[in-house]
Amino acid sequence: MNAQAVNRIFVPGDMLAVALGADELVAALTVEAKKRNISIEIIRNGSRGICWAETLLEVQTDAGRVAYGNVTAADVTSLFDANFLSGGDHEKTLGLTQEIPWLAKQERVIFNRCGIIDPLSLNEFIETGGFAGLGKALQMSGSQIVEQILQSGLRGRGGAGFPTGIKWQTVLDTAGAIKHIVCNADEGDSGTFSDRLIMEGDPFRLIEGMVIAGIATGAEHGVIYLRSEYLFAVKMMKEAINIALAGNWVGANIQGSGKTFDLRVFVGAGSYVCGEETALLESLEGKPGIVRSKPPLPAIEGLFGQPTVINNVITLCAVPDILAKGGDWHASLGIGRSTGTLPFQLAGNVAKGGLVELPFGSSLQKLLHDFTEGTKDGSNIRAVQVGGPLGAYLPPELFDTLTGYEEFTAIGAGIGHGGIVIYGQSTNMREQAKYAFEFCAEESCGKCTPCRIGSIRGYELLATEQIDKSLIDDLCEVMIAGSACAMGAMTPIPVQSLMRYWPEDFEDKS
Amino acid sequence: MHNWNDEHALQIIEDCANAGHVLTTALRQLVDCFGFVDDAAIAPLATHFLRSKAEVYGSIQYYSDFRDQKPGQHVLRICQAESCQAVGSKKITKFVTAKTGISLGDTSDDNRLTVEPVYCLGLCANGPAAELDGQPLAELDEAKINKILSGISS
Ligand SMILES: Cc1cc2nc3c(=O)[nH]c(=O)nc-3n(C[C@H](O)[C@H](O)[C@H](O)COP(=O)(O)O)c2cc1C
Ligand code: SF4
Ligand code: FES
Repeated sequence: MNAQAVNRIFVPGDMLAVALGADELVAALTVEAKKRNISIEIIRNGSRGICWAETLLEVQTDAGRVAYGNVTAADVTSLFDANFLSGGDHEKTLGLTQEIPWLAKQERVIFNRCGIIDPLSLNEFIETGGFAGLGKALQMSGSQIVEQILQSGLRGRGGAGFPTGIKWQTVLDTAGAIKHIVCNADEGDSGTFSDRLIMEGDPFRLIEGMVIAGIATGAEHGVIYLRSEYLFAVKMMKEAINIALAGNWVGANIQGSGKTFDLRVFVGAGSYVCGEETALLESLEGKPGIVRSKPPLPAIEGLFGQPTVINNVITLCAVPDILAKGGDWHASLGIGRSTGTLPFQLAGNVAKGGLVELPFGSSLQKLLHDFTEGTKDGSNIRAVQVGGPLGAYLPPELFDTLTGYEEFTAIGAGIGHGGIVIYGQSTNMREQAKYAFEFCAEESCGKCTPCRIGSIRGYELLATEQIDKSLIDDLCEVMIAGSACAMGAMTPIPVQSLMRYWPEDFEDKS
Repeated sequence: MHNWNDEHALQIIEDCANAGHVLTTALRQLVDCFGFVDDAAIAPLATHFLRSKAEVYGSIQYYSDFRDQKPGQHVLRICQAESCQAVGSKKITKFVTAKTGISLGDTSDDNRLTVEPVYCLGLCANGPAAELDGQPLAELDEAKINKILSGISS
């Protein structure tokens, strides 16, 4: 039936695919192939981020990889009947994967090999350009590496958009026998999953970025603070670290360079505020995640009081290509001071959601128009919330805003971690505002009164029949001015954007 | 999941302390083993990690993963965050609580099922999402919930 001796089939092992029945699919494929006496090899790749088509099954053909979307175990017999192993036509065929318009319209840099390779194959990683950046870094001095990062204009993808080069420079310049690289993999924002996808689909990329950060700043200890909700990513990162150790890409005397970098995973315990960098450090030290006062900056007194770089997963995953291709190359992508690419995540009430990597600078409208195909329930989009629970809700009038840090600041919003949650017409904006306060009350670390108590009062104010908007605005002002971190200081952003753009939902209920 | 056992718990605590782990790592291992941290562990945890009992208690209360009550045989965690709300997670949650008679955060009288809230599982493009005993679930509707619940009760 097929000229190839072994037929290669790709079925993602990622958490979403498994949630949609990928394991049952693999079992059914195995049984059916045996029945038909056909030899197959099933590779559990990461996700391509085409979430609307999961489980996305691919087969290797002479023309390239052919994809079938939304495949379940129930499709297996008909797939074999349609000769899918040679890319045969079937109602679920999507054609050559690389030509699927949703994918072809993207510019993938960070996600260039995610979903393509076997996540735990060092060989496939290296064949697709893995460790090229680290190879260069091993030939450079710390300050030369930091210079490239400064030139690249890379800014933190965890939310605040702080220039990564400046952070690294501070740690490099701070004397200390022991320094740390901490990767923030707490990804608590609803509507975001880029950290999860890359850790499950291309874990060596994160390891490479962290080792480079270590060499750049003189830090020999790395830890990934990974949220417990990401069971699969925890397992994947631990396995990848062991393989990298065996291959001498982490550990002592990396590739004979004399450089050392040890790396471990620390699993979180279900707290949103632990994504805040100083709460995260407390948590790593085994304590409750209570936010620390700044100064001192973590770069100077971080983990166990020692100089510490804290970066988001995606920030660190952007680093290998910057080293391999140069800071200038990275700086040439994007707009203004928003350089490079951002993996946007389209979620919520969306017909075609998933991960879209593009350089900064396309408008929200373009993202929504070119990729989402509107809402899942078919109604018009009423709002999008960008940047997680602390991000603004934006009405369609603002969809022409360009995706850039400064462009979003100008409309009182933030890009955050690149999550875009879509809401249809049936959304009650008052309920969303209530939820913003409720979430803050649930997750507040309790250090500041305006955050701890204010969030509860805010919820109560919105739960009464006739709401007093000016009182809510007063409360928001107190929270903005009197909170030590963005949890309390930014909860007013979703609340006030909702009241501003959808006043009709806040009128008297009776 | 094992039944709580003071000796076994003490062994975990001692091993963690001897390996140089932090307090919360011991809490994590206790929860992974027994499903919760029994009050009986607070004193030995305090001793081995050089904390006051109040500090140990505070850590257990702070983190939502660290239960202080024995959960049911099965734990269903339903996502309550925004992306899932946008596709009807509240309705699904109500359906589950009505059908099982267990409110969010509680355990059934026969100890078979605990239903808990969770804030985002990273399955936000395919909500409503949930997790049952470590198995992720997505695109939930009433039919899927019925199937899941009948799988548990049999
Ligand atoms: C309440 C709160 C939650 C946060 N959660 C996360 C998170 O889940 N992941 C993350 O990378 N940054 C998070 N941040 C931002 C971090 O404090 C910090 O800015 C970031 O880890 C720095 O890395 P970057 O410069 O690479 O973005 C959060 C901040 C706050 C105030
Ligand atoms: S604003 Fe809230 S979460 Fe942040 S430090 Fe204050 S109490 Fe803690
Ligand atoms: S919001 Fe429910 S999985 Fe992310």
